[in-house]
Amino acid sequence: MLGPGAADVAFEVNGHPASVHVPPHHTLLDALRDELGLTGAKRVCDEGTCGACTVLVDGRPTYSCMTLAVACEGRSIETVEGLAHDGQLDPVQQAFIATDAYQCGFCTPGQIMSVVALLRANKAPTAEDVHRAVAGNLCRCGAYPGIVEAALRAARARRR
Amino acid sequence: MKPFAYARPATVAEASRLLGRGSPAIAGGTDLLGLMKGGIAVPERLVDLSGIEGLRGWSRERGAGLRIGALTPLVDLEEDDRLARSLPIVREALADAATLQLKGMGTIGGNLLQRNRCWYFRDEAFPCWLKGGIRCFAADGESHYHAVVGTDAGCNRVTPSDLAPALVAHDAQVRLASARGTRTVSVADLFTDPALHRREEHTIRPGEILTHVVVPEAGLQRRGTYRKAMDRKAWSFALVSVAAAARVREGRLRDVRIVLGSVAPIPWRALEAEQAVEGTTVDDAQARRASELVLRDAVPLKDNAYKIPLARELVRRALLRLAGA
Repeated sequence: MLGPGAADVAFEVNGHPASVHVPPHHTLLDALRDELGLTGAKRVCDEGTCGACTVLVDGRPTYSCMTLAVACEGRSIETVEGLAHDGQLDPVQQAFIATDAYQCGFCTPGQIMSVVALLRANKAPTAEDVHRAVAGNLCRCGAYPGIVEAALRAARARRR
Repeated sequence: MKPFAYARPATVAEASRLLGRGSPAIAGGTDLLGLMKGGIAVPERLVDLSGIEGLRGWSRERGAGLRIGALTPLVDLEEDDRLARSLPIVREALADAATLQLKGMGTIGGNLLQRNRCWYFRDEAFPCWLKGGIRCFAADGESHYHAVVGTDAGCNRVTPSDLAPALVAHDAQVRLASARGTRTVSVADLFTDPALHRREEHTIRPGEILTHVVVPEAGLQRRGTYRKAMDRKAWSFALVSVAAAARVREGRLRDVRIVLGSVAPIPWRALEAEQAVEGTTVDDAQARRASELVLRDAVPLKDNAYKIPLARELVRRALLRLAGA
């Protein structure tokens, strides 16, 4: 039994062990942004409908605003901050730049994490597969054509 | 959210002892956390079921039907080709049920036990009947998404689950376990009969855990199909949905089930339409005649009469699909 006061929760974030001291009513999004300083995942609707807070939990795209931090004990969390390696952006990030797949950019980290998860499971997605993967990430600027193009372009780059 | 304590028991027995008033179960959390953020649910302690082993995945054994663990994420069921061969309606019902994120987090047990989406119920400013108040605010309020039938208790909520009508059409059951033992009820009986005027949407009792969904062999012998109308193209709660299933031999339908979602507080059987097509081969004229029997006793509110022709058209299409016409 934990709480209602703060308790230690240990998980892995972007491949490294991390520990936070949070009460049970704090979400994974709270822990990432406020305890670990990882502000890539955004708080927008805060009710599991917009997707700006999307991170990967054990490889699955997940709304971190609707996930309790304490429920992530022992799990593997991936955020947009973990994608670049040795100063090189991930091919999905590069493709988002190349296709200009954003305007305001607020939904972009979530979009990118959804596309990263898709490309791991599906090396040669169709535009329809991309639509399904990002339908849970709202872009109010309407950048979807660029987002779909970016996903397809990143998939091609990976296959090459 | 208000502070609460948190427990993650490892067994059903342990979980059952922890559950109770003020101490609800959480699985995927996609519904409960929304209710908590909205101030509609204010638990003192959450009992996280996700640490219980053996409630994920599914199996089919000869003669014993199909058994799905209640903690199985919806996306695992949707993407499983083998399951789609045993019970194709599950993939159809889940296709537009929610976003990929929600389907990865949400479970089949939670999908059946999710609370209704009525905006008066979900707004803490409205002390509606279901929350212990004296009246339904939808009755003379904004009622676009509300019930057109089965509102005996005066509550105009609708069942939001896409899986519930689909599973009722295949005579599915749920296993409910507690420290005292296990009972099996039909998915239809998991939903509280509105005529009983109980201020609860489900018949699961305090301390009980929904552990499995079971589809008996007879239910698996039926061909089934799911049709859903939404107010936009991408995932959304249904305006109206229809699950239809029947044993089909040489175009003739038997053991027909036609179950409507989002028209009543419970998954709603269209019994007259079922009887009209029972034992027949369905052509377009027959499907149209049967569909006209759907929701004949409906009493729409100010904004939701559109649901009646919508339901009839979905039933017509579902019957033609079943008959292979």
